[in-house]
Amino acid sequence: MAPQSAWFRAPTVSVMATTTSLSATAMARILFITVITLFLSLGSFSAQKQPVIGLITKTETNPFFVKMREGAQAAANSKGAKLLTGAGKADGDNAGQVTAIENMIAAGANAILITPNDSKAIVPAIRKARNKGVLVIALDSPTNPTDAVDALFATDNYKAGVLIGQYAKAALGGRTPKVVTLDLFPGHPVGAQRHNGFMIGLGLEAPGAGSNTLGTAPAIACAADSYGDQAKGQTAMENCLQKVPDVNLVYAINEPAAAGAFNALKRADKEKNVIIVSVDGGCQGVADVGAGRIAATSQQYPLKMAAMGVEAAVEYVRTGKKPSGYTDTGVTVIAAKPMAGVKSADVKTGMELCWGKR
Amino acid sequence: MRIAVLGPFLALIAACLFFATQSDRFLTGENLSLVLQQAVVVGIIAIGQTLVILTAGIDLSCGMVMALGGIIMSKFAVDFGLTAPIAMAAGISVAALFGLTNGLLVTTVKLPPFIVTLGTMNIAFAITQLYSHSQTVTDLPLWMTALGDTFSLAGTKVAWGTLLMLALYGLTWFVLSETAAGRHVYAVGNNPEAARLVGIPTRKVLLGVYALAGVFYGFASLLSVGRTGVGDPNAGQTENLDAITAVVLGGTSLFGGRGVVIGSLIGTLVVGVFRNGLTLMGVSSIYQVLVTGILVILAVTADQLSRKGAR
Repeated sequence: MAPQSAWFRAPTVSVMATTTSLSATAMARILFITVITLFLSLGSFSAQKQPVIGLITKTETNPFFVKMREGAQAAANSKGAKLLTGAGKADGDNAGQVTAIENMIAAGANAILITPNDSKAIVPAIRKARNKGVLVIALDSPTNPTDAVDALFATDNYKAGVLIGQYAKAALGGRTPKVVTLDLFPGHPVGAQRHNGFMIGLGLEAPGAGSNTLGTAPAIACAADSYGDQAKGQTAMENCLQKVPDVNLVYAINEPAAAGAFNALKRADKEKNVIIVSVDGGCQGVADVGAGRIAATSQQYPLKMAAMGVEAAVEYVRTGKKPSGYTDTGVTVIAAKPMAGVKSADVKTGMELCWGKR
Repeated sequence: MRIAVLGPFLALIAACLFFATQSDRFLTGENLSLVLQQAVVVGIIAIGQTLVILTAGIDLSCGMVMALGGIIMSKFAVDFGLTAPIAMAAGISVAALFGLTNGLLVTTVKLPPFIVTLGTMNIAFAITQLYSHSQTVTDLPLWMTALGDTFSLAGTKVAWGTLLMLALYGLTWFVLSETAAGRHVYAVGNNPEAARLVGIPTRKVLLGVYALAGVFYGFASLLSVGRTGVGDPNAGQTENLDAITAVVLGGTSLFGGRGVVIGSLIGTLVVGVFRNGLTLMGVSSIYQVLVTGILVILAVTADQLSRKGAR
C-alpha cells in the first residue's frame, strides 16, 4: 500500500540526500540538455509535428504518481503524442521540478502537466514556460495563485473530506462521536482540507476550504500527525489511544495511516468497536475496506486526471484551443456497508478504479 | 564515562516527571511499554550507529539499508514462499553485506565514511524501490511479525521486540566495556595512529564495526516489519538522522572514542517520550522537533566543553 498520501511524500528524505541531489541534478541537467539539443537537431528533419507533452510529478516512487504516469502514457500513445516525464526528488522539492520544467522547454515541449510540490515557489518557472507559448496544466493540486496555470484538473479534497465525514456520521448511528484524527503534518493545505471537510461532514464547525489550519472541536479528542505514513500513523494512533481509550471513530489522512491505526487498535483489542475512515482510494486501501479493516474511503482518480490532461494538451497542439479553469475529476465513497442517505460504491467498483497494485 | 550518560539520563527523568504532572495516563505501565515499543526500530539502528560513531565515523545509509532488509525478507517470504526464518536471515544478510561494503570502502579505498554511506544510502534506496516496484508487501507469514506481538508481564503488555532491543543493548554494552575487541573500538576512535602503533589491527576493527552495524540494521528491519506487519519500501527515510540524533543525545562524541551505548537508548527514549507526552497533552508534535533540536545542541556543547576540560 502507498505509505504516503497521494499528494505528498512525507518530508522525510534527509538533508544529505537533498544536498547531493542538487549537484547531481546540475550535472544531469548539462548532460540532458546536450542530449536533447542533439535530439532536436535530428528531430527537426521529420516533417510531421508530433505533440510533445511533459508530465512532472511530485516524486518518482509514490504509487499514486506511478499510476498517473501510466494514465498519461496510455493517453499519449493513443493520441500519437510524445510524453516526457520528470519529478521532484522528494515531496517539497521545488528546485527539482523547476529543473524539469526548464529541461522540458529545452526539449521542445508544447504542453507541461505538473503536480506542484510547492504551490507558490513553482509559479515563476511556470510563468517562464507560458511566456514561451507552452500550455501549462496543474494536476492534482492547485498553484497559488490558481490562475498561474492555464487549467487545473484535480480532486476536491475538501469535498472528499465532507463525503467521508457524512459516511462516518451515518455509520456512528447516533452515538456521540469521540474522534481521533491522524493528519498529514502542520501547514499542508491538503491535510487541512480533508480534515476540515471531514469535520463539516460529521456535522461539526470547521474552517473553510481555503484555510491551512486544522479545525478543532471537543468531539475531536486527539489530533496527531501521521505524515501519511503507516509506521508513523501507528505510533500516532497508539499515543492517541492512551489519551482517548474510548475512541469510536478514526479519520486518517490516507489509507497507509489508516492501516497503521488499525494495527494500533488491534494491538489494544479495540479494532471491533472503532470505525476507521480515510481518503485516497489506492488498491491496498480498497482491499482493506473489503477486509473490514477500514469502514470506508473517499476514492480519487489520478489516472483520469493525467489522461484528461494529455487529451487537453494534444487538443491544444492540434487546434490551438486552450483548456481553462478548474475541472473536478471526482470523488466516490467506497464502502463495504452502504449507509442510508450516503451515496457510496461497493468494493468491487472501487477495485476496478483504484490506483497502485491490485 | 559514566558521567557522560548522566546528563541525558537526567533529561529523560525530567521529561518523564514533567509529563507525569501533565497527564495522569503518562506514568502507566501500558504507556511506558508503548514508548519502548515505539523506540525499538530507531533504538536498534542507533546501536550500529553508536559503534560507527565511536570510531569517529558516521553512517548515513542505516535507514535505507534497514528498509532494504525489510523488503528483502518480506518479498522473499511472499514471492518465493521461503519459510520465515530463512527469509529473515536473507534480509539480515543483505543488510550485513551493505555494512561490510561500507567497511571495505572506508578501510581499503580510504574514502570518508560520510561519502561512502551517502553513496550506499542512495544505492540501497534505489534497489528497494526497484525491487519492490515501490509497492508495499503484505500478507506476511505470522512468524515474521512475531517480534511485534506482545505478552503480559505483571498486567502490562510487553512486546518481544522491546526485549530483543534491551538484550542487544546489554550485549553490546558488555562487549564494548569488558572485552579486548570492545576496547579496541574505543582506541581506534580515540587515536587511530596510536592504536596502530600499539599493535591493534585498526583496519580489521573498522571493518568489523561497519559489518556489525549492518547486522544491527538487519535486526531493525525485522522489528520494523514486525511492528507494522508489512514490508514498506518507504520506511527508513528519516532513520539515519533520527539515529544520529539519538546517539548524540546519549552523550557519544561525534569525534570518536568517547561514549556509552546505553546513552543511545536514552537518547532514543527522550525523543519518544516527548512525542508521546505531547500527544497526551494535546500539543502539536512540532514542539517535539523543536525540543529535539535544542537538546542536540546542548549535548554537543557539553561534549565539546568536557573535551576542552580534559586537555
